[in-house]
Amino acid sequence: MPLTEKQIKYFELTARNLRRKIVTMIGPDNPGHLGGSCSIADILTVLYFHRMRHNPADPKWPGRDRFILSKGHAALALYSVLSECGYFPWEELATIKHLGSILQGHPDMLKVPGIEANTGSLGQGLSIACGMAMAGKLDKSDYRVYCIMGDGEIAEGQIWEASMAASYYKLDNLTAILDKNRVMATGPITERYDTNPHKEKWLANNWFVIEADGHNFSDIVDALEKAASNTGKPTLIIAHTVKGKGIPFAEGKAAFHNGIMNKEQYYEALEALKE
Amino acid sequence: MVKQNCRLVYGKTLVELGTRNERIVVLEADLGKSTMTSLFQEVFPERYFEMGIAEQNMVSTAAGLAISGKIPFVNSFAVFSTGRVYDQIRQSICLGKVNVKIMGSSCGLSDFSDGATHQGIEDIALMRVLPNMTVLAPVDGIETKKVIEAAVDYEGPVYIRLNRNEIPDMTCESDKFLIGMPSIIRQGNDITVFANGYMVWEAMKAAITLEKEGISVRVVNVSSLKPVNEIAIRDLSAGMKGIITIEEHSIIGGLGSLITFILRGWPIPIECLAINDQFGQSALTYESLLGYYHLNEKEVVKTAKRIISY
Repeated sequence: MPLTEKQIKYFELTARNLRRKIVTMIGPDNPGHLGGSCSIADILTVLYFHRMRHNPADPKWPGRDRFILSKGHAALALYSVLSECGYFPWEELATIKHLGSILQGHPDMLKVPGIEANTGSLGQGLSIACGMAMAGKLDKSDYRVYCIMGDGEIAEGQIWEASMAASYYKLDNLTAILDKNRVMATGPITERYDTNPHKEKWLANNWFVIEADGHNFSDIVDALEKAASNTGKPTLIIAHTVKGKGIPFAEGKAAFHNGIMNKEQYYEALEALKE
Repeated sequence: MVKQNCRLVYGKTLVELGTRNERIVVLEADLGKSTMTSLFQEVFPERYFEMGIAEQNMVSTAAGLAISGKIPFVNSFAVFSTGRVYDQIRQSICLGKVNVKIMGSSCGLSDFSDGATHQGIEDIALMRVLPNMTVLAPVDGIETKKVIEAAVDYEGPVYIRLNRNEIPDMTCESDKFLIGMPSIIRQGNDITVFANGYMVWEAMKAAITLEKEGISVRVVNVSSLKPVNEIAIRDLSAGMKGIITIEEHSIIGGLGSLITFILRGWPIPIECLAINDQFGQSALTYESLLGYYHLNEKEVVKTAKRIISY
């Protein structure tokens, strides 16, 4: 079913809120993973406010859908969406990376309600997601598992081990999303270390592959629906995204992978995200 | 003397526990016929996952299963199940205190013929250094069963190393195994030998030899390397003329390091028998390889006499 205008407006508003939280958490004159967090903000919006079955009041509810942020450095985006859902009070966001804060530089499942696994050492999240999907099958539970990976991250060999295992075990309750923002920490992937072609590799590993515009809500919703109705194979959604999306001076720039905004840039970013 | 293969005991114990506890699942990396998880596969094929020759994915997948309520046992040779997947154990398992049991099969020099690539002699050091990790090294078949049971009952990451070869029983069915507690295998009052795994047997033989020469040796099995009850280690060392440690492991980071650290500042001679910061190699027999690295009865006897002569 196509999204209504009202739904799209709601998603836009929510995603803008997430990006504003990301920018505010980093603040001026501090390094922070702005680029890779902003590239997944629209996808997270659809997952947490439309697609996923979850209950912020009961984060360990056994029937919940699971989300694993394999590219753990985009923790800011995950903290934003979890606080927006009400997993923890938004005031916590101000404590990010402070000594003793629940909000670490990378996601910590023991500290933050709603975080399912510790990620940050790249390449491990898809395997963890596979284990959760296997457990779901064993328990005959109908929850789904979602996992976002980066296009730089998939150079990790473990991703391909997990890719083979997921199709071998026919994990059709697993949806992996490739955040194809085309830029790794040190530059464009095509100039640094090209992990393409993506579609062909995952098809060869016997996955169901869908391509989507990672900033078009109808496209994201549609792709996630197709993934959920697919049987016998895991699904990969190749989400075409823009690193730093929504922050004019950061879009497509490796400098803002973990860059520092000066005061002018900080206010410019907030201005661009005004309602 | 009854000998048992700890790997076989492990496989049988998994089946027994798997019958009682449906949460137990087993992951394997194409070594099931050696690690003996094949026994579990025969009885519970639906809870057995062949993960292919891809240990890193196996370990993180186990983390996902454990977070979802399962009790996964991941299996490989000790050298691979700790070294090859060190980062996966650190990040996917230990950071989140995830309930995964890691099996280090064919530990130490017990895979004598395969050589250095397959001999896990750094595994204890690698696992001890990780916060939230429990490190266990059962002494014989009888204790292996109890160690596996204790690992299932304990909620959190556990590493267990197992010998490849036939090992004489040194403990009794009625002996209790408690995570953290060293146990006395033989009483004595001149020298305490702290050992683990098959080295306890070599220490026992040395104790019998030394007794004939008037040196009384206490043999202590330190099968729980982390946590370890430090007070018990000190009590078992107090009043002795000297201490010997012996282990099938690097001199760095294993039992010798542990005991010398606990007894730091004590005015007592301590000698550590271990593999002296080098790799292993192939040999035609287990005994000859142990002998090459001075890990046997003869070396314990020699060391004990040297301590007494101080």
